This record gives sequence, C-alpha cells and structure tokens, in this order.
Amino acid sequence: MIYEFLANLFGGDVIASFISGALPFAFIVPFALFAVWLERKVSAHMQDRLGPMRVGYHGWMQTIADILKLIQKEDITATDTDKKLFNIAPVLVFMGSYAAFAAIPFSSAYIGSGIDLGILYIVAVSGLVVAGILMAGWASNNKYSLYGAVRSAAQVISYEIPTVIVILTVVVVVGSLNLTKVTEFQTNRFWDWMIFGGSIAGIKKLILLPFMFIGFIIIYISSLAEVNRTPFDIPEAESELVAGYHTEYSGMKFAMFFLAEYANMFAVSAVVATLFFGGYHSPFGYLGNLIGLTWLVPIEQFFWFTVKGIFFVFVQMWLRWTLPRLRVDQLMTLCWKYLIPIAFVNFLIVALIMVL
Amino acid sequence: MLKTEQMVLNMGPQHPSTHGVLRLELELEGEIIVNVKPHLGYLHRCFEKHCEAMTYPQIIPYVDRLDYLASMNNEMGYAVAVERLLDIKVPERVEYIRVIMSELQRIASHLVAVGTYGIDIGAFTPFLYCFRDRERILSLFEKTCGARLLYNYIWIGGLSHDLPLNFVNETKDFLKDFKKTIVEINDLLSYNKIFIERTANVGVLNLESAINYGITGPNLRASGLKWDIRRDDPYSIYDRFDFEIPVGKGLHGQVGDCWDRYFLRVQEMEQSIRIIEQALDQLPEGEITSALPKRVKPPEGQIYSRVENPKGELGFFIVSKGQLQPFRVKVRPPSFINLSVLGELCKGHLIADVVAILGSIDIVLGEVDR
Repeated sequence: MIYEFLANLFGGDVIASFISGALPFAFIVPFALFAVWLERKVSAHMQDRLGPMRVGYHGWMQTIADILKLIQKEDITATDTDKKLFNIAPVLVFMGSYAAFAAIPFSSAYIGSGIDLGILYIVAVSGLVVAGILMAGWASNNKYSLYGAVRSAAQVISYEIPTVIVILTVVVVVGSLNLTKVTEFQTNRFWDWMIFGGSIAGIKKLILLPFMFIGFIIIYISSLAEVNRTPFDIPEAESELVAGYHTEYSGMKFAMFFLAEYANMFAVSAVVATLFFGGYHSPFGYLGNLIGLTWLVPIEQFFWFTVKGIFFVFVQMWLRWTLPRLRVDQLMTLCWKYLIPIAFVNFLIVALIMVL
Repeated sequence: MLKTEQMVLNMGPQHPSTHGVLRLELELEGEIIVNVKPHLGYLHRCFEKHCEAMTYPQIIPYVDRLDYLASMNNEMGYAVAVERLLDIKVPERVEYIRVIMSELQRIASHLVAVGTYGIDIGAFTPFLYCFRDRERILSLFEKTCGARLLYNYIWIGGLSHDLPLNFVNETKDFLKDFKKTIVEINDLLSYNKIFIERTANVGVLNLESAINYGITGPNLRASGLKWDIRRDDPYSIYDRFDFEIPVGKGLHGQVGDCWDRYFLRVQEMEQSIRIIEQALDQLPEGEITSALPKRVKPPEGQIYSRVENPKGELGFFIVSKGQLQPFRVKVRPPSFINLSVLGELCKGHLIADVVAILGSIDIVLGEVDR
C-alpha cells in the first residue's frame, strides 16, 4: 500500500522503489540504538547493577553518545590485511541483514516487497552474511579472526537446516511461502496463532498444537545460533577468541558489524513472530475498527509487530546473560544429532496431519 | 597430496582469559591442541632477591603482592614462618583474628576463582554476583586495616590493628547473606546443564600425576586426596575447629575433572563459613600487641614453614644468619607449581577447553612470576 501511495505521489516507480527500500533503514537505526541500550539495561538489572545512568534519563541517550564516539574514532587497518576484502566485509554483513527486511511484513500496509517466495528469500539472503563473516576473518590476517569466521560459517550453515525444516512445517500448514499470507492465515485472534495450531477448525487444530510448539522451540534455538548469541556465541567467544571475526575492526566498520548484529536479531525475531505468533496481528482486535478509524489499523499492526519482535529480542538478551556457552563440537552435536532429526520427524508428522 | 602443518597460536599475554599476563604458545592441529608451552616472567619482580636487602617486617608488604587475591593468607604464611624461627607464641586473640581473616580471604579468593571461571565458560552474570559479595569482605577488611587489597595487617608476632567495633556482628550478617549466594551460584552455574557439559570429563587430572607434579590445594583434593595442611600439619589454631575437607567425587564425570575442581572451591567456601562462625563465637578478649618483638633478629638457622593458601600449599624457606635481614627467602608458590600440569591436561582437547582447564587450575600471575 505504501509503495502504491509513493508511486502515485512521485508519479514513477523508480523513486518510489528507492524510498520504499530505504524505509527499513529508518526502522533499523533507531531500533539498534534502542536495542543496544536495552541490552545494557537488561544485563545490568540482571546483574544487580544500574547500567548507563548519566546520559539522559536512565541513560537513554548513551548509545547516541557511543555512536558519536565511534564516528570520531580512527579507522585502523592493519598493514597485512587484504584491504579490499577487509573493507567490503562489514558492508556485506550489513547488507545480508538489511536485505532480509525487504520481505518482512511490518503491517498489512507496508512490506518492502510482497514476493511470493518471501520466507525463502529471507533464508537465502541471510546466508550472505556468512560470506561477509568469512571475508572479515580471512582479510583480517589474524588467527583468532579466522577461527571465529570458520566457526561462524560452520555454525550458521548447520543451523539453517533445522530453521528451514521448521519453516517448511509452517508452509505445509498455511500453503504459501508468502509471509503476508502466512500472517493473514493466523487472523487477529491470538488462539488462531500458529503456535496454537493456526486458524484450522476442529480436532485437527488440537492435534497440531504440540507439534507447532516443538517447531517453535526448534526455530527459536536455531535463530539464536544464526545470530551468534549465547549459548551459541562461539564465533565471537570472548574468553577464547577475543572478539572473533571482528577483532581487527575499529571505528565505523566495527559499528557496521554491531548494527548488523542487532538488525539480524530483530530480523530472526520478526520471522519467528510472523511464523508462530500472528505476525503483525493484534492479539485483542483493533482499536481502529472499534472507533471506526480504519486508517489506525495499520499503525496498530506496526506497533504490535514491533512489540512482538522486541519481546523476542528481549528473550535473546535474557538467555545471553543467564547461560554459559557451548563448545564447538557440542554445538554441532546439538544441531545434527538432535535438532535436525526432531525437526524432520516433526515436519513429517505435521504433513501427515494436514494430508489426513 | 595435500600437505598439512600445525598452526601455532599465541594466546596472551594480552588475552581476556589467561588470568593476567600469562602467555601460552599453542600448537594446534585444526582446533585440537598438540602442545602447550606456557611462557612466564611478564610480572617478575625479583621478590626473593629483594627480601635479602630488607628487614623481616619490611618484607610483609611484598608478601602481599605474591598472590594478590589472598594477601591475608600470604601474610599469615610469612608471619608463621618467622615466628617459628623466632620461637614466639602470639596471644590467643591474635590467633583467632588471624584465622578469621584468612578464612574470609579464602572465601574472597575462591569467589574470584568461581566467578571468573563462569566468565571463562561464557556466563557473565555469576561473576558479578561473586564480586558483589567479595566487595563486602573487602569492606570488612577496609574497616579493619584501611586497605582493600594489600593489607600489611598480619605482623610478625601480632597484628597492625585490633578488630573495629561491631566487626563480629557485621561478619555474621555477611555470612548469613553469603549462604544464599552459594545457593544462587549453584543454581546458575554448578548444576547448569551447559556448564556441566563444558567442564565434566574435561582436563581430568588423575591422582598419580597430581602427586607427581606436586599439585596442592583444591586441585589436589579434587583429584581425590584428602590433604589439607590446616588439618595434616596444623599451624596457628586450626586444630581447634571442626570442619570437613571436601574431596572430588566425580559427580558428573570422572574424579579430577574441571567440574570437580570448580565445585570443590564452592564446597570449601561453605567450610570456611563454618570455621569463621566457630572462631567468631570463641573469639576471646585480650591484647594483640604483647608479643610484637621490638627488633626482629632471628638466631642463626633455617626453617621451612607452610600454610594452606586458597591456591594450595604456600611455603616459605627462610635462612637466617642472625642478622636483621634474611640471608635467603625462597617461596614455594602453589600457583606456579599447579600451572606446570597445564600442558599435560590440555593435550588432545580443543581451544575452548584450554580456557576451561586454565580457569579450573586457578592461577594468579603475581605468584607465578613473583
């Protein structure tokens, strides 16, 4: 809808495409600023501390101050790095995270690109991040970075398999890869959310319920691994690899990695929310419909979508500050010996239920 | 044919989890450790040579800087050694205060060990809980002698200050709260599934090689030997207290693995609480300065005296030629000797395990390098 609106406004598709494509950026930057602050506050309160308190009320401007500091920092490039790859890598990593936002439906009125292969596209472009990380690790010419990059590649690629299988499970139920359709399938009542079996009538819904729940657990665990968060933060394991693949980066290039990490956190949370928790739908119905202002509905939807996304981001932070970290081999064992077989059996059962 | 070769990875001296300025040279086959070479000496301060130029009481502040997380225990070890050389008997109250201070310091040291071990494994939050409680111990010390890390409190033949007002009650309050922290640490860390996965069956130190390497302290006890100098070669008044000596049982893996070494420290903190509680109850009134010698000038002779430090057996070998300065002081540093087993433990493990094993040995570089 926003795209059509822009196209009419400017009288051309080109400008409308550019603006429509830039809109997620207007979301990601404030979100990242907020999420970094939230992470520091969440961790602080879990650890009996206060966290940032000086810049603004309860330190809410702390991340803005941090960004200003990062902009002023010297951009150090070590002499023995592979300069080209070293400079491309942060951009590529950020691009991978950013491109995923194109197919995420923020509300019924706004989706960057409502393509029919939406979810598949998100999985595909997220895979690009690995290339960027490998580049960063290789170009840094630092053994710790290389270890981080290789671990990250192995991890992200392995954990994409259970993610995709669970996504297929949902797709089998909905019958579409289009994320808007997946969202519409779940209607605006919370008992129709996919985690509760979707908007299917009768006994089938009850039978589906436990399997959808298993699917949700698996995709959430895998999404943690894909964004390199504890207990799967092995690529940047601070106590072993210093900072993993971005050890050698400083200044704005480091900020790019940082931004990409937080953008990615929201992207995976958004996918989980869209697949299992009703996407942009409100759990209680809309105020706009109630008082007869229909233009309010998309804004409410955007609000609910953001709330759901931030809730899952919060859970990621919660886990990060509670759990220790797994070891490389244990990480792979978890994926290949447990998650993939369970996800696969789960998928077969759901498919059978849908056929019968 | 593909040709492969081993990779050398330099870990430290500036690395988040080498616990100071330890440098490890890792020879790796992929991520698997083939060989570990520790390089020492970044913190060498010529402690032993310095001692020969100073009078006996002047050495005490330098003793603080050996294992800077357990300064009270170091002072205790040195004071006991010189007192044995001088053949002094210190007043009852001094003995009790010394025991209370040593055990509080033992808890503080183990809290650092347990907390930083959490960080090594990737859990950041327990670390801050540990440091919160360590902070209370340090403020108790601060009230007593004015310093928080390097105290110069236990003197030869006595103490620098008596206990401050209300010390007994404040310590009891702290111990009451601290018992809850132990439960919290156990919930968050000790019995956490991921933590057990990471530490059980990793870096198993069997009893035979532990003895051969001269390992002492919690590391030796975790391998299954009930050896504690507080009980087996009592100094001060440790024979008056009722406490148990925990040993490693291999609850989640084999005896002497990283989890055992870690958990033994948690158990030792509980035993230290018992000792402090008994000492606080029995604490006699009296003088603390009566045995302070005017001039410390031991007769000609030599002595080896050892105490149980949080890290292991801390020994002082002192040779006196009847002068104001010692002729020779040799320290048996537990951290240094415990570190020697690192290479053997790490072989065949992954990089992540090196961090886990090093953390479980619990070294302090101030003592390793001296």
